[in-house]
Amino acid sequence: MQAVSIEVKNVVKRYKHIVALADLSFTVSKGEIFGFIGPDGAGKTTLFRILTTVLLADSGEALVEGLDVVRDYKKIRKLVGYMPGRFSLYMDLTVEENLTFYATIFGSDIKQNYHLIKDIYSQIERFKDRRAGQLSGGMKQKLALSCALIHKPSVLFLDEPTTGVDAVSRMEFWEMLRRLRESGITIVVSTPYMDEAGLCDRIALIQNGHIMKIDKPEGIISNYPHRLYSVKTDDIYRLLTDLKEYPGAGSVQAFGQSAHLAFTEDLPDRSHLSAYLEQRGHRHIGIEKTEPNIEDCFIDLMVTPGVDG
Amino acid sequence: MAEEKENMIVVKELVKKFGNFVANDHLTFEVGKGEVFGFLGANGAGKTTAIRILCGLSYPTSGLVNVAGFDIYTERENIKRNIGYMSQRFSLYDDLTVYENIRFYAGIYGLSRNEIRERADILMQKLNLDEARNKLIRDIPLGWKQKLAFSVAIIHDPRIVFLDEPTGGVDPITRRNFWNLIFEASRNGITVFVTTHYMDEAEYCDRVSIMVDGRIVAMDKPAMLKEQYGVVNMNEVFLKLARVK
Repeated sequence: MQAVSIEVKNVVKRYKHIVALADLSFTVSKGEIFGFIGPDGAGKTTLFRILTTVLLADSGEALVEGLDVVRDYKKIRKLVGYMPGRFSLYMDLTVEENLTFYATIFGSDIKQNYHLIKDIYSQIERFKDRRAGQLSGGMKQKLALSCALIHKPSVLFLDEPTTGVDAVSRMEFWEMLRRLRESGITIVVSTPYMDEAGLCDRIALIQNGHIMKIDKPEGIISNYPHRLYSVKTDDIYRLLTDLKEYPGAGSVQAFGQSAHLAFTEDLPDRSHLSAYLEQRGHRHIGIEKTEPNIEDCFIDLMVTPGVDG
Repeated sequence: MAEEKENMIVVKELVKKFGNFVANDHLTFEVGKGEVFGFLGANGAGKTTAIRILCGLSYPTSGLVNVAGFDIYTERENIKRNIGYMSQRFSLYDDLTVYENIRFYAGIYGLSRNEIRERADILMQKLNLDEARNKLIRDIPLGWKQKLAFSVAIIHDPRIVFLDEPTGGVDPITRRNFWNLIFEASRNGITVFVTTHYMDEAEYCDRVSIMVDGRIVAMDKPAMLKEQYGVVNMNEVFLKLARVK
């Protein structure tokens, strides 16, 4: 078992009558990429703000690198890097001025830890005299990450760093994170994109302030309780309705041009399903067994009784 | 979907420059009636610039643009009356009630008082929101909000609805329900022009275009694109085309 970087026990946070975090407990090991996967309003930002000591929990305990978020907040602030959802850059400062600013408030300078950000910063360095406000979304994201890293934090909190970012930039960003992990930094990251779950070492699926499940992505997938067919025909819209009426069918979810059809018991015979669809006027029918992905698992947990929703 | 030849959007050689920067570089495409058209591209590829032009909010530098049968240079007010628009940012007013939001948007789209009353009633019945009529938007569940936001974007029976990242950040079930609303609108003959960063959603579209650096580099049915590039999903098509370096 690796050393612990973050330990959270029974943390609760309410905003008036809304429960933002309902009794969360988890631990993050040193040097792992830990992902909080969940939609807007799940409680991700509230949790990050508590762990970075900018918000107080109503109850419970949280330790970051062995330090208490309430008692030792000053020490924690020196140890962590935080990239909030809306990049906290100064739009009227240049790229270089932003970076210098963040280095200086932590009593460092750009040179000292340049090796940490070189990989990322070199991609935007030629714009160093440009104001941050004039950068594209992808470049702002890279600058914000550089700013969060420049004081060599032990733990890096990235709150939805890829939201609203295109698929290419998202992939490049994750490649950067995986290289960063090799320098030993613990990375806690949140995202609403389920397809990014597989890039984390471990993930927590979070919804309405509850952690529905924590495990390695592979572990979550192997615990999926149903069996799946991936079904394709010439009319996906009608297919979804027809599959729901198929005897024994569980959940039916669209995935691109196919539908995932779940069965709690054994999968029915492929030819039987095919005949059923043909009878309902479908053409170009394709039926294959398929493995679930994280989104299948998330949806299943969302509708499973016992989880508040 | 039946092939209909009536085009709702016709764009020929559209160019938009900002100084020396070419944001839209000779775009040419057509979108048919009732079609769900995915307008994809990396951040900064020029999508927003093009959408602003199609909605009549900005003039092209050159080129022909016709939306819902109206010319972009001379008939912008007609265009605005015949389109709907919804984005993640441009949604409902949290501190207004359900009914007030409907009234507000219907008013903006130029419906008369009688029409507003009539359509608001029909809409609330259809969405089962009758009991929530006087509830504030911030007190209703996300799924209702999304239905309502989409419904007010088409309350004036537009020929085209523009959806700019309508599903960003929502949970997977709500996201799928939203696409059911899109399919339904399309079946009712409304043309849907949608942007998204979710590549599985790109596959729900009848056709997609992919923009890179101001140009459309690919445009076809998702299945054709996957076949052409020899990959299994749209994410890989996108990465192949849009990944520079």
